[in-house]
Amino acid sequence: MAKSSKKIDLKRRKFLLAATSATGAVGICALGVPFVSSMSPSEKAKAAGAPVEFDVTQVSNGELKTAEWRGQPVWILNRTEKMLSSLDDKEILTDPDSNSPQQPKNCQNATRSIKPNLLVMVGICTHLGCSPSPKLKDGGDMGNNWEGGFFCPCHGSKFDLAGRVYKGSPAPTNLVIPPYRYRDDKTIIIGESDSEKG
Amino acid sequence: MRFFIIIFLFISSFSFSAENIELSKAPVDLTDNLSLQRGAKIFTNYCLNCHSAKYMRYSNLQDIGLSAETIKNDLLFTGNKIGDTMSVNMSMKDSKKWFGAAPPDLSVVARSRGADWIYSYMRGFYRDPTRPMGWNNTVYVNSAMPHILWELEGEKILNPKTKKLEKFSSGKLNAKEYDATIADLTNYLVYMSEPDQLKRKKMGYYVIGFLLLLLFLTIKLKKEYWRDIK
Amino acid sequence: MKKNSKTQNKSGGLVGWVDERFPLSSFIKNHLTEYYAPKNFNFWYFFGALALFVFVMQILTGIFLTMYYKPDAAQAFASVEFIMRDVSFGWLIRYMHSTGASLFFVVIYLHMFRGLMYGSYKKPRELLWLFGVAIFLLLMAESFFGYLLPWGQMSYWGAQVIVNLFATIPFIGPDLAEWVRGDYLVSDATLNRFFAFHVIALPLALAGLIMCHLVALHEVGSNNPDGVEIKDTKDKKTGIPLDGIPFHPYYTVKDLTGLTVFLIVFASIIFFAPEMGGYFLEANNFVPADPLVTPSHIAPTWYFTPFYSILRAVPPILGSQFPGVAAMGLSVLIFFFVPWLDKSKVRSIRYKGILYKKWLAAFVVSFIILGYLGTVPSNIWGQFSSIIPLLGGVDVATFVARIFTLVYFAFFIMMPIYSKKDVTKKVPKRVMM
Repeated sequence: MAKSSKKIDLKRRKFLLAATSATGAVGICALGVPFVSSMSPSEKAKAAGAPVEFDVTQVSNGELKTAEWRGQPVWILNRTEKMLSSLDDKEILTDPDSNSPQQPKNCQNATRSIKPNLLVMVGICTHLGCSPSPKLKDGGDMGNNWEGGFFCPCHGSKFDLAGRVYKGSPAPTNLVIPPYRYRDDKTIIIGESDSEKG
Repeated sequence: MRFFIIIFLFISSFSFSAENIELSKAPVDLTDNLSLQRGAKIFTNYCLNCHSAKYMRYSNLQDIGLSAETIKNDLLFTGNKIGDTMSVNMSMKDSKKWFGAAPPDLSVVARSRGADWIYSYMRGFYRDPTRPMGWNNTVYVNSAMPHILWELEGEKILNPKTKKLEKFSSGKLNAKEYDATIADLTNYLVYMSEPDQLKRKKMGYYVIGFLLLLLFLTIKLKKEYWRDIK
Repeated sequence: MKKNSKTQNKSGGLVGWVDERFPLSSFIKNHLTEYYAPKNFNFWYFFGALALFVFVMQILTGIFLTMYYKPDAAQAFASVEFIMRDVSFGWLIRYMHSTGASLFFVVIYLHMFRGLMYGSYKKPRELLWLFGVAIFLLLMAESFFGYLLPWGQMSYWGAQVIVNLFATIPFIGPDLAEWVRGDYLVSDATLNRFFAFHVIALPLALAGLIMCHLVALHEVGSNNPDGVEIKDTKDKKTGIPLDGIPFHPYYTVKDLTGLTVFLIVFASIIFFAPEMGGYFLEANNFVPADPLVTPSHIAPTWYFTPFYSILRAVPPILGSQFPGVAAMGLSVLIFFFVPWLDKSKVRSIRYKGILYKKWLAAFVVSFIILGYLGTVPSNIWGQFSSIIPLLGGVDVATFVARIFTLVYFAFFIMMPIYSKKDVTKKVPKRVMM
């Protein structure tokens, strides 16, 4: 048996090992993409979460109706003049100018809505997710100073008639205003903003 | 030699019972978007009245070049949203009562029956007064389905002596045009049975290309280390 | 500071911290870098590692399928189509799982064949072989339970036929079948429990058995194509077998190549022919299960067909189908006995005589022909002309299946005789590269 020169070319080995490992790593990452992607919302979920149309003429002045979008309750409140005037009292609020990004740009205003009287708002407390109770009338069991708004029974957070949170509430931010737009004077599409017209 | 004689005698003692129907080859071309669009139109206009395709979403049709507007205006039934599936209003119970058999869902019919079968079936209808619907089919004998497209194809009858189909009356389309229509419909059904087919094949080329590169490297790596072994 | 032999190979840092609490470095040493495997492994030695890879792939893809699959008779078929269409890359995960199931059997059959060829079941590897046959049995059960889940026509009727086989067992049969089904017929109850078996019970059992299989292997060391025991010739100083090489890096690097080739085959099927002409994904399974409509031709998946052929070949005896069922069961269980049926003094086929080679070839031919016959109806080749005595009117395919069933069993039953009679060659002391 001839003596074989057992000179191990370490450089070549290291290079081949690095090249193969790098290529293999790319392959494994690529393999991971379908698996991770499969967990994102399916076409079925996307179809179910699609924008919802709502006829606003059915909400009379002072009335609140509830729509459903992405499994969440969405309140549509047709505010009276008196209700709108109660929004002036800003000292009691944590974020009276809606600086926190809880609403689309076109609803970052005094009434937190596109048209002043109609409030479109997600009815889920920004504290831990309970649905607050509408307390639209003055006073009553909310005390003499109450000018109408929403009260969350779980931990006592209070919101005014534009969904802005009261100081001292456990909830940190104002209630969420979803993206929505007017298709015409009678109908809104909840889940679609003006910029993403379908 | 004796072995082969035995085998020969063995085979010649067989008596066969063939029960295969001859099928025409369906000219399927999934890259032809216009054909698929025509097929989608035929399917929604004629077939969706009785058959459902409840695993297929209307919005998928954007993959074959139809815009959301076209889908909404031309293909959707009233009240449907574009994300809906192609379901049908007729209940299974009613359809079974009316037709004798419930029209099956067609989402994956191209995978269970095959394109050639569908292509041949849709061209195999003939008038048969002995059947409840007045129609029979050479590919699926005693099928409960009437010839929905008879106005396009015209009528055929089965010659009892030659066992071949013969033209009986003309329809809106001539034979060649009707065959092309069925080809479009079959093409669409093949697409609908697995909408991701073309994407799958395209991805395959990249994956195998990558693996061949990896193979080249692993072989080189193995050979390098195995130089140690005598 | 004088280092004593115990602390000689202590690593520092994180690895050292772990090593003080967990046998990490010693495990890597004993099972990888200082586990000596014979240097003459050939093509047939890829399939064990590939089987392990496929097992892991099936679990991984299975987990993701279970996120969307609904084990309810009313929703199962739809949920699979939902995975194929609505779930992002769902079609890819589904095809990986269905192709993986079939390739698992390709790999396992080749793995078992290697064992038969090279005598990997002979002392001291009998227990290794027994664990392997147990894994094979559980794998058959696992794939049987999994096949019901898509709830297509083939799923339903295949399950119906196989569960009814249990009903043929004398005395306890019908009650046993009802207990397995959880109902008077294959139904939602059956589907739900098959789901439980398929997703957790059997994978857990398989994982345990595979671990035992590997532990048993490492205890005695691997066999090799020459059947030479490499531990018989060790280096006097180091105690390392002269014909042994460390598993890592030599076989890790070689198995990586084998794995890549396998992945190319795997990918070719998944991306270009996932149905494999109806053998991996059967056409009739794209029709939702219908208890009222029996398909004209029920066949099991291709990997069960040799055993199914044997079942069909045995005619009813005294009005009972049980002999066929028993024959089918025996055709699998007989593998357990091979270490004791082979009386040859020689391990590997390379040094066995012409008798063993002919019998093994006959066995392989039988397996393949029985496999083919199991995919087609028994009347595929017509019947013998009625003028022929005895065979007149009998299905030709059934007759052929019977002949090859006899050959199949003869391979095992006659083994004690022909393996002893066989004229063997002299086995070398060292392996041949």
